[in-house]
Formats: sequence, structure tokens, C-alpha cells
Amino acid sequence: MATRTEPITVNIGPQHPSTHGVFRMRVTFDGEDILNVEPVFGYLHRGSEKLAEERNYTQVITLTDRLDYVASQTNNQAYCIAVEKLAGIQPTERGMYLRVIAAELQRIASHLVATGFLLQDLGAFATPLMYCFRERERILEMFEMLCGARITVSYMRPGGVFQDAPEDFWPALTTFLEDMPGYLDELDMLLTGNEIIVGRTFDVGVLKPEIAINGSVSGPILRSTGVRWDIRKADPYDIYDRIEFDVPIGTRGDNWDRYKVRLEEMRQSLRIVEQCVAQIPEGPARAEVPFVFRPPAGAEAYGRVEAPKGELGFYLVSDGTIAPYRCKIRSPSMINLSVLSDILVGYKLADLIVTFGSTDINMGEVDR
Amino acid sequence: MTAWLDGVELARGIEEAVPGSVESSNATAVWVRPERLHDVAARLKQAEAWDFEYLNAITAVDYVEYFEVIYHLTSMRINQACIIKVKCWGRDEPSLPSVVDLWQGADLQEREIYDLMGVVFTGHPSLRRLLLWEGYIGHPLRRDYLEEPLPYSWPHGG
Amino acid sequence: MDPRGFFELNTWYRGLYLTLDNVLPSWMSYFIAGFAVMFAIVNAMMLLATLYIWFERRALGRFQVRQGPNRWGPFGLLQPIADALKILGKEDIVPHGADRWVFNIAPIVMFFPVPMIVAVLPIAKNVAITDINVGLLFVVAITGFSTLAIFMAGWASGNRYALFGAARAVAMLISYEIPLIITLGSIALLSGSLAMGTIVATQNVPYLLVQPLAFVIFMMAISAEMNRSPFDIVEAESELIAGYHTEYSGMKFGMFMLAEFAAVIVASGLATTIFLQGWRWPFLPSAIWFLLKMGMFVFLFLWIRATIPRLRVDQILAFAWKFLLPLSVVSLFATALEVFFLREPDGSLTTNTLWIMSGINFGLAIVALVGWANVLGHRRYNPAPRIASMYRDGPLGSRPVEVQ
Repeated sequence: MATRTEPITVNIGPQHPSTHGVFRMRVTFDGEDILNVEPVFGYLHRGSEKLAEERNYTQVITLTDRLDYVASQTNNQAYCIAVEKLAGIQPTERGMYLRVIAAELQRIASHLVATGFLLQDLGAFATPLMYCFRERERILEMFEMLCGARITVSYMRPGGVFQDAPEDFWPALTTFLEDMPGYLDELDMLLTGNEIIVGRTFDVGVLKPEIAINGSVSGPILRSTGVRWDIRKADPYDIYDRIEFDVPIGTRGDNWDRYKVRLEEMRQSLRIVEQCVAQIPEGPARAEVPFVFRPPAGAEAYGRVEAPKGELGFYLVSDGTIAPYRCKIRSPSMINLSVLSDILVGYKLADLIVTFGSTDINMGEVDR
Repeated sequence: MTAWLDGVELARGIEEAVPGSVESSNATAVWVRPERLHDVAARLKQAEAWDFEYLNAITAVDYVEYFEVIYHLTSMRINQACIIKVKCWGRDEPSLPSVVDLWQGADLQEREIYDLMGVVFTGHPSLRRLLLWEGYIGHPLRRDYLEEPLPYSWPHGG
Repeated sequence: MDPRGFFELNTWYRGLYLTLDNVLPSWMSYFIAGFAVMFAIVNAMMLLATLYIWFERRALGRFQVRQGPNRWGPFGLLQPIADALKILGKEDIVPHGADRWVFNIAPIVMFFPVPMIVAVLPIAKNVAITDINVGLLFVVAITGFSTLAIFMAGWASGNRYALFGAARAVAMLISYEIPLIITLGSIALLSGSLAMGTIVATQNVPYLLVQPLAFVIFMMAISAEMNRSPFDIVEAESELIAGYHTEYSGMKFGMFMLAEFAAVIVASGLATTIFLQGWRWPFLPSAIWFLLKMGMFVFLFLWIRATIPRLRVDQILAFAWKFLLPLSVVSLFATALEVFFLREPDGSLTTNTLWIMSGINFGLAIVALVGWANVLGHRRYNPAPRIASMYRDGPLGSRPVEVQ
């Protein structure tokens, strides 16, 4: 008697330990092999774009915190840059430096979370995760010094940051900059050569550069395919044009490259923060911008930054009132999902979790 | 720095490549006729001088009389970018040609715009709601959307 | 009474038997004393399992730069009891699509092999519930039940995650039983017996030293049999939520949980008996030695769990069939040759012979493990050039010239 098999459809999520929030994948399996993947989301949809139309320009900042809640600083930054373009505000020098310092620290924190959870998805029972979170904790403590909040920071404002860094921030930052390279080397040493990690991530979830570009993928996923594209280099904002740093790129676009690109980006972020600390001028941290202001009617602006997950952009349309007429959020997490089935089909169930983890999406940003 | 192309010059180029496609233009953007959008997009993607192979974002803005759909395009090789806008008239069934066959990244964004703004993209392989659930009434990002008490609280009753 | 005898279970058994024998008929005192000791041993194992739950959570906490449970009782020692009470109070849910009978029986089938295996372990000098002459065979036979239980649970749940877990379990556990059995065969060759008591008695040199290759294979195979990391694909929490016991709640889940932790205790006891001379070692009472050695193995299992990520299902099966199976055959064959040529005329092995075999086998183990690992390992993947190419200079937006 010949064995008859048939594909089996499984809903992975929305309640699942490894979907990083309430994400759902409708996956068709042939045994353990993936035949088809369809992302389903919207469980965390809060209507941020609609809410933004009801608030004035400064109040929207608190909404941006809640988009990608593991990288709030870069969300603030992208929004503030868009508002500055819209209303023609020139931020202060010191404010821009503080913004870059905060954003790069946030990038390190976000990549630590991504790396930790990738390892968690690989099944390394939380040990690497806790190591990563130990370092992230120090960054969050520094954010607490800056603005009193750890996750939803609301630190930046159009025109700079809302307050200058306190006295005890700088020594903490200096010690962090001294310690962190050692921690990164430790992480590298523990993880990179591990036979099982290599076996699980090499040539798994391969993304071709042409598909990545066609699919509007951005951030570390795009760079891991070998495309040299980073908004900080290509379209420098704030003070990135005065800073020297490299853009790490991968060669194959597999899970290992994505992990490795993030690891190298953390090193580059440390370099950036070091240069910022050396260059930061004295002066006011924020330009004189009123709490409520009216950009010219009909003005439109697209402000974008290189967030840890990719190109985060805000498209603002003004109608001359105190609130944006339209606030569109170009969220990298959601658009990176365009290529989800390209990197998953043909691999196995266990690879699905790892590959999905390595794309490092954040549901707050996908659903908005 | 990314060079954002001047709208007037770009409009001249587009008009040359696809005659009768440009509606108007200003310093930042080019307005394209909806029916020629797909041709223009294909030319923008394939022409050597433009090489816009990366679609940054699709945005829809509701101006009540019409919808404006905005395409941000980037060429990574030349490091230039441009903004293409399309006016889409009508409240009931505003429709535009889909560009999913050119840029795979447009897939989820067009679905999102259909979901929240109600602009129909003809030619999209599976135009369904993205963030809201099937059976939701209305398109909440429209300026005239009023939240009415729903006849149900969740898709399958309850 | 010999003061050291206070710690020997045998003393207590004899004392109880002799005391009862004064007032009761002989068969009844024999029965009661035997039952009391059995009861004590099995319950001690269960207590040890709960203690181990605490130990594992605390030790994992230390591994993971955090505290672990530390609130309830001294050092959080009563935490497992609190958890057990909580689990007992939970609603017992049977899913609508479940096969009710099989679903309910599965936790029991999962649990009962644990005390059964405890029965044949010589846990102290002259103390074992029974020392049947086919002890090793009995252990192998009884462990097979866990496969059945997992498949029952996964199949009866009517849940696709559970089904995945069950399918993986059957594929994996059957694969790993083969190297395990072959390895135990080489132990039987050395001791000349399948009885646990004889294995300990003839173990003048720890078989860990005599049979390093067999030890490595045994530890890997038994980790897989227990579904412990890195072989925990059956209940891989990041992939299958909880695998075969996704749908279980309340005390049924508690049974799975307890069986899992008790399995570690039993496997450590087995490893102690087979490879580390069981209760034998001087100065301390035998039961204490047994517990200490067992604790060492328990910690080893825990350490592996805290450090190593999970393998994929095809890699796990390839590991069993390509790596462990050939090596276990090599080990068995080498042992057979050594025993054939080095044994005494009466068939026994002297201590000196065992030391000689130890030398030969260590060389063999290193050659076999390193050589075979190089043949199968990921050495062909050299990450170095990929790191170097990361800082390649090029214009923005440039693509990789050639992607291999």
C-alpha cells in the first residue's frame, strides 16, 4: 500500500512564544517542510496615524514611542526630523549631537534584543538572552538619566532634545563605552563559532539582493544581502556627515549574515557615540520652538532615519493648523515582511522560527 | 546626500518617455495621470538615467475631493530619489493601477491603503484588508470617517 | 550498631524486619519491611525530583545572571511545592477534539517507567528494590514506554503542534535507542552480566575510564531519550509551544513535568551505576556516594541545557545515524576484541586488564571522535572570509559582484 500524504496547515500565532508579539503566520507544511507562508497581522493595530491627526505636533511624539517600543529614540528622531523639515525649524548643534548619541545607544539596545531573541529562538534556553539584556539594562539606565523613562522615552523634540544631559550621564556613558567592546567580543566569542549556531544559521533563510531591493527591504536585512545602503551614509541627517563609520555588509543574506551584520553594527555605533562625545559643543539643547506651532499650509515633508530595523520615515502633510493633516508612518518592520515567504519557503519548521527571529520585526511597528 | 529630483525636470523626462502622462508638476513632485501610472512606473524603474528600482513608500492622503497617492522612489546606484503623485478622484470606488508586478514591496502597502483609505488597486493579486479584519465596514483613515456603533463586536459574532 | 551503618538502608531494612519478626508471622514481616523500603525509595526519588526542580531553576538562574526562585521558604526551597499546589488547583481541560481515553492515560504511561527503573538501580551497598538478572535489558525496555506515551499524548490531543511533537518524538527516540542499546552492549561485555548489581560489583575501574567513547555516546543518547537540550525538539518551546503536551493542563501537565525531571534523576542514577562504580567509593556511606555522583551527572545535564542551542530535526537524525551509530559499533567491536584477547581463562577481567583497556580505549575514543567529527562537522563553512568582506569599500547601493 502506497503511503498517502497531504499538506497540513498550521496557524503559527497570534499566541505563540516566538512570534515576538501578536503576529500570525498561516503556514502550509509538507511534513516539516514549508510549502507556503502567509503573514496575517493587525492584532496590535491602534490607529496611530489616525490618532496623530487629532494631536498637535509635539503631542504626536508620545505616539511614536509606541511604534517600535524597543527602539523609541530612533522613532522620535525620525518624527522630529520630519517636523523640522515641515516647519523649517533648525535644531541646535548640541541637540543634534544628543539625538545621535541617544539614537546610537538605542540601536545597540535594539540589536542586543534582536540577537538575544534570535538565540532564544534557536533554543538556547534564555542564557544568551539574559546576557544581552544585562548590557541593554545599562543603556536603559542611561536613558533614565536623560529623560526619566526607560522604554517610551519621548526624549526628542522638534529643534533638539527636551533637556540637556545631566551631569552624571557623561561618566556613565564613558564607562559604558569602555566596557561594551569587551562585552561584544565576549558575545562574539560565545556565539559566532558555535557549531550548532553555524549549522542552524548558515545558508538558511537566504535572501537574494535583487529580491531584497524589489521588496523594499531595508536595514540590516538589506545590508546582509550585500547591498551597501544605509541612510546615515546615503542621505545623512542630523550630524552623521561629520562622523566616520563603516557600513557592515554581508555576502549571502542568510541568517548568519543578518546576525553578524547586527553585531558589527553595534561596534560601529560605539564608534559613532565615541566621536559624538568628543565633538559635542556647548550650547542650548533645544531651539526655541513653542509647544504649539503652525507649519505653513500645504507643506509636505518626508523625514527618514536609519532605524535599527530599517528605513523609518514619516510623511507629514500640514494644513496650517496645529495638528498634522496626515501623518504616514513608513514602518520598516511591516515592509520587510514583503519578502517573508521568499526567505521561508523550502526550509523547515525549525528554520521558520529562526529566520523569522533574524528578521527582527516589532509588532508595535508592523501594526501601528 | 540623496539628490531629490526636481519635479519640473522630471516631468519633462516622463512626458518624453510616456507621452500624455503628466498632469502637472512643481519643484518637488510630479503628478501623473492615474491611467498612465503603471507605464510611468515601469519606465522609471527600467530607464538607465532614473533606475528607480527601490520603492520607499506609498502614501495616501485624503483631500476629501480626491485622494492623493504618493510614491517615494529611490535609485540606490545613482543615489537619487523622486516623488510621484497621483490624484485619484471619487469617494466610492477610487481606483488606481497596482504596481505590485514592478515592486514586490508595494504588496503590503497597497493592501494597507485599501484597508484604511479605501483606494482600490486594480491588478493587485490579493487585495484584502491588512490590519483590520474581513467584514469591517468603512475605511477609518478617511477624513470623513465617523466611528459608528458596529452591528457586531468581532468578526464571527459575539 | 556500627555508626556508619546508620546511613545504610540495609541496616534499616534488617532492623525493621527483625523487629516485626518478633510479633508477626515471617512472611508478613518480610512483606511489610520490603514494602516500607520500596515505598521509601520511590518516594525519596520523587522528593529528589522536586528538589531537583528547585535546583535546576536556581542553578539556571545563576547561569543566566539572575536570581531564580528565592521567595518561598529558605532559598526558595519550597517553590516546587507551591507550584505543585498551584497545578493541582488548576482546571483539568480536555480539548473538544481529543481522544479522551488515550489523552487521559498518556501522562500515566509517561510517568510509570520512572519508578520502574528506580527499582533496578542499586542505590546503596546491597540495596536495590530488586536486582533482576536482565537489569540493563529491563531498563532499555522500560524507557521505550516514554516514546509510546509521547506519541499517545501528541496524537490524542487533536492539536497540530502536539502532532508535530509526536512525529518528531517517534523519529528521534527510536533513532537514539539504537546507539544507546549498542553502547550498553559493550558494558555488558565488560561486566559479563546484565544485572545492575554485578555491573557495580565487577566495576573495579570506573567504566567511564575504561569506555570513554561509550560514555560520550551514552550521555548524548540518554539526553535525546529524555528530550533534553540540545535534543529537545519534541517540546521545543520556541517552535512547538510545548510540543506533545501543549493541550495538557492541571495535574496531567504536572505528571509530564514531574516525569521529565524525574527522568533526569533516573538517568543520572543509571549513568552513575554503569559508568562511575555506582555506590562504591571509600570513606563515605554508600548511599551518600551514590547521591553525590548522581548530583554530579544532574549538574552536567543542567549545564548542557543552559548552554547549548537546539538542533534541527534533520540534523538530529543525521547525528544519530551518521555519528553515534558508527561510533557505538566501533566501541562495541573494540570492546569485544579486547575482552576476547585479554580475558582470564575463566572469562573474567582483572583490574590490570581494565587499566590496559582504558589506555587503548582512550586513544580510540579521541581518534574516533575527532576524526569522525572532522568528516561530518561544519569545517567546510569558514566564517572568516565573510567577516572580512563586510567592510569592503564600494559605492553606495552597490551589489555583491558575485554571490556564491
